[in-house]
Amino acid sequence: MSAEPILELRNVHSGYGTIKALKGVSLKVYPGEVVAIIGANGAGKSTTLMTICGIIAAEKGEVLYDGKKINKVSPEKLPIKGLCQVPEGRRIFPRLSVEENLILGAFHRKDQEGINKDIEYMYSLFPILGERCKQHGGTLSGGEQQMLAIARALMTQPKVLLLDEPSLGLAPIIIQQIFDIIKDINEKNGTTILLVEQNANLALQAATRGYVLETGEITLEDKADALLHNPEIRKAYLGE
Amino acid sequence: MEYFIQQLINGLTLGGVYALIALGYTMVYGVIQLINFAHGEFFAAGGYMGVIVLSYFAGLGYMETHPVFCLTASFALSMAFCAYLAIGVEKIAYKPLRKESRLAALLSALGMSIFLSNGLMLTQGVYDKAYPSELFQGGLSFGLVTVSYLQMLIVCLTGALLVGLNILVFKTKIGMAMRATAQDKTMSALVSISSNRIISLTFAIGAGLAAAAGIMVGLYYGSVRYDMGFVPGIKAFAAAVLGGIGNITGAMVGGLIIGMVEIFGAGYLSGEYKDVFAFIILIAVLYFKPTGIMGENIDDTRV
Ligand SMILES: Nc1ncnc2c1ncn2[C@@H]1O[C@H](COP(=O)(O)OP(=O)(O)O)[C@@H](O)[C@H]1O
Ligand SMILES: [Mg+2]
Repeated sequence: MSAEPILELRNVHSGYGTIKALKGVSLKVYPGEVVAIIGANGAGKSTTLMTICGIIAAEKGEVLYDGKKINKVSPEKLPIKGLCQVPEGRRIFPRLSVEENLILGAFHRKDQEGINKDIEYMYSLFPILGERCKQHGGTLSGGEQQMLAIARALMTQPKVLLLDEPSLGLAPIIIQQIFDIIKDINEKNGTTILLVEQNANLALQAATRGYVLETGEITLEDKADALLHNPEIRKAYLGE
Repeated sequence: MEYFIQQLINGLTLGGVYALIALGYTMVYGVIQLINFAHGEFFAAGGYMGVIVLSYFAGLGYMETHPVFCLTASFALSMAFCAYLAIGVEKIAYKPLRKESRLAALLSALGMSIFLSNGLMLTQGVYDKAYPSELFQGGLSFGLVTVSYLQMLIVCLTGALLVGLNILVFKTKIGMAMRATAQDKTMSALVSISSNRIISLTFAIGAGLAAAAGIMVGLYYGSVRYDMGFVPGIKAFAAAVLGGIGNITGAMVGGLIIGMVEIFGAGYLSGEYKDVFAFIILIAVLYFKPTGIMGENIDDTRV
């Protein structure tokens, strides 16, 4: 583990008007890691990712990326710096074709040749997307949309990829496929991954470290293995 | 029969103009769900900019020697002026209200419309301003049907603008970004699309097209007036609703239908009621099919 975190939250507070969703979240993600945030529905996981990306303003505290404070950076600048999110519910542009969705992932890029090559690479990674390339994104199945969402995010050439509940609503076999690909992205491309999941078992198996988020606060932080074997975690999040 | 064909050509001319204006309503609605009631004013301002530029050139005597240059310059300057005007209007009157209720922005749009039309009246006067008339005398006759050179110009230019817009929105990366912004602004930001810039661009394009329509109408009828934006504005709005607001092809088709209905209604039914037909259509659409003829069926061409 290298000395400097690539992504760090320091005592971050944020929310929706009077609703305080995050009450002082601190966490660190080091280059090359897969870090999981687990927590129940409504704990503030999505809010954490949206606050990192600047979609929701941090009311207090700091978000640091690559050593620099990014609280005041407008959200559309962050993918250019290599910080990218696959949001909850995938948010495919429904009336854009699969290919157009991918092209927009590369919206800030100017290297047309590289973009074309990357699109072909995505089609080799996810052959079903190649078959459906002219189809509207909204007509894909949930699993296909999740693949497209990940592929679209990869088109931005992320250094840090934030994934919000990639398993949500998918069949077990598809989930396995998606998680294999996430692992590949981390191992082959060296992309750092911050993964948010309700499915703690799945997330902790994929991750190197994990944080437990409860009603807007981090209550526990440990190696993923240790969390998997922690009796309290097993009771609260793994249904034992 | 000749009368019918003649009316068809007149309807095409007028319908094209409505289509150009309607696109501004529909694109802005598609991207920020606002009915920009000030849009008709861009049409009027465009007509004025056109007459100002053309009169200036006419005074220099360029109109006889370089007519194509004069026309091109008047369109270009007027469209650019209105594009920037619209960007300014959006920043001042709509952007600060983006997080507020839609009613707030709607009222702001109404206020902007009154403000702009009064601005035109104060700076340009209350009387009609005549377009230089030496241009486009005459036309081609096919038996009893006459197509004036001006009509040809209007139809061709309108066609070119409509085709150009379609290419921009459906074939280019920036058009893709525009459609993406219309569909999901948060996700667009997450792929580094700046919604502020896309919204500005949308206003600019809409106002530019309306400005072109303003010059065409000024040339066609020979003059402009400070309040000329009101009635065509509402008719074009009717056209946008008829086509399914937010739908680009819909606005084009809606504009043509409204233009045709108006010309044929005036020709075969009653000339005095020509302004009424568009409103009858508007009310009928809102009553029977509020999503418009292309609203949510042919969803390809929504912004
Ligand atoms: N758009 C919103 N408006 C108001 N409250 C919200 C909104 N989104 C989430 N919340 C609230 O913020 C808290 C955290 O939500 P969220 O971050 O979505 O949780 P998680 O992703 O862990 O399920 C919850 O109490 C939720 O009800
Ligand atoms: Mg969530």
